[in-house]
Amino acid sequence: MPLPYYVSPEQMMQDKAEYAKKGIAKGRSIIAMEYADGVLMVADNPSASLYKISEIYDNIAFSGAGKYSEFENLRKSGIRHADLKGYMYSREDVTARSLANGYSQALGTIFSQELKPLEVEILVAQVGAQGVANELYRISFDGSIFDERGFAAIGGRAEALLVFLKERYKNGLPSLKDALVLCVAALENVTNQKLPLEGLEIAALDRGRPGRKFRRIASAESSQFLA
Amino acid sequence: MPLFPDNYGSSFFDYLAQQRPDLAPAGKGLGSASGGSSPGFEESRGSHVPPVTHGTTVLAIKYQGGVLIAGDRRATEGYQIAGRRMEKVFKIDEHSAMAIAGAAGPCIEMAKLFQTELEHYEKLEGVQLSCEGKANKLGQMVKANLPMVFQGLVVLPIYVGYDLKRAEGRIYKYDITGGRYEESDYHSIGSGGKDARNTMKEHFRKNLSEEEALQIALRALYNAAEEDVGTGGPDLVRGIYPTAKLVGLAGITDIDESRIATLYTALIDLRKRGA
Repeated sequence: MPLPYYVSPEQMMQDKAEYAKKGIAKGRSIIAMEYADGVLMVADNPSASLYKISEIYDNIAFSGAGKYSEFENLRKSGIRHADLKGYMYSREDVTARSLANGYSQALGTIFSQELKPLEVEILVAQVGAQGVANELYRISFDGSIFDERGFAAIGGRAEALLVFLKERYKNGLPSLKDALVLCVAALENVTNQKLPLEGLEIAALDRGRPGRKFRRIASAESSQFLA
Repeated sequence: MPLFPDNYGSSFFDYLAQQRPDLAPAGKGLGSASGGSSPGFEESRGSHVPPVTHGTTVLAIKYQGGVLIAGDRRATEGYQIAGRRMEKVFKIDEHSAMAIAGAAGPCIEMAKLFQTELEHYEKLEGVQLSCEGKANKLGQMVKANLPMVFQGLVVLPIYVGYDLKRAEGRIYKYDITGGRYEESDYHSIGSGGKDARNTMKEHFRKNLSEEEALQIALRALYNAAEEDVGTGGPDLVRGIYPTAKLVGLAGITDIDESRIATLYTALIDLRKRGA
């Protein structure tokens, strides 16, 4: 009779975490940064049509690093959650906090109950109205959730990016141009190469826009900032 | 149990119908309105469909820059006035609007759901639906409301959109089964719809200017209000006027109430002098 094998829960979790981290480390990185008029997101993404950054609701944006199919599913679920809530109650009742909590629950449950954890890390950002603070949440593959200030990074080189940004991000919010320059410099620094503008996916939650705050910044516009 | 269920395509309407039928229109999950088993449905199905009447006039008319869509403000409950400030013209997204005739509650619900539907699709797919696609989707929503029609809760929209590919405005009308018909020049629905249509028929020509189209639309609404008890005319005492929106390349523009008021003052002056 074969012996039923035993793996301690500790060991199992450690193996899963290692597996997920390995998957995420293979992917490219994304930075979210607060600037004077909102929140900027910059992703190292050579594809012009497969997005890593996306609009969720009026003032909420999402970005995912790691396995595309997995964070794409999370993105869609987030949009459904937000639209349902906004339809059921009111548009102002849709918050990043509730969404980030949903993501945290989902990722945590999958991490502990499924054989394979999701190899993703995600960012949920919400731009506050004038005088109200922005919110920036980073959610890890195991469901742990971090409330970030100023800037946040996810993906393969996240730690190196954070070290780079911590030295250079000053107190007081930068202008859009300064924030963009800093983000691009950070991404170039950790990848040790010059990134072409077409290889960057840039989007912002712009407080000044009426209604839906999310907008993509195409290379034609970003080239002016980075000139 | 999936915390964030997935498998619903890109339609918010389908998602709602499957996940929260209690919130979906056509009363799925409300029991009595769900289909053939309800006594009310059986009764009305055999002999007659309730007449499609609803106190309202809403219209759409093409002009050189797109489409103008307008509607009166009156809401009625039998012979009573239920509201003087009802908005019957809704902006749906950057390039489309709809106006509705029928039972107020389901009408507003459909407009709100259609707004969410289009935004939902755009966010999930990363691109907007085509003008035709939007019109089709609205047809499906009208069709889903059919069981409610037998309960007397009719919702009939006019949909107007600016087709960015064709660079022209388009008008669609619907029947209660969700049938979708494109109109080439103008259309009007509601209890005063026929009166408004007659006025537009007299004055319409191709390539109207924005000002001319607005004048014709306001005149049509005025004539409808004169002939139809369900349609409200300009209320000079309270300063309530019909609303109108322009749907063009640049998006949706609300026409200022003051501009509408000025045009109505001129029109009424003209009538006083017997013209």
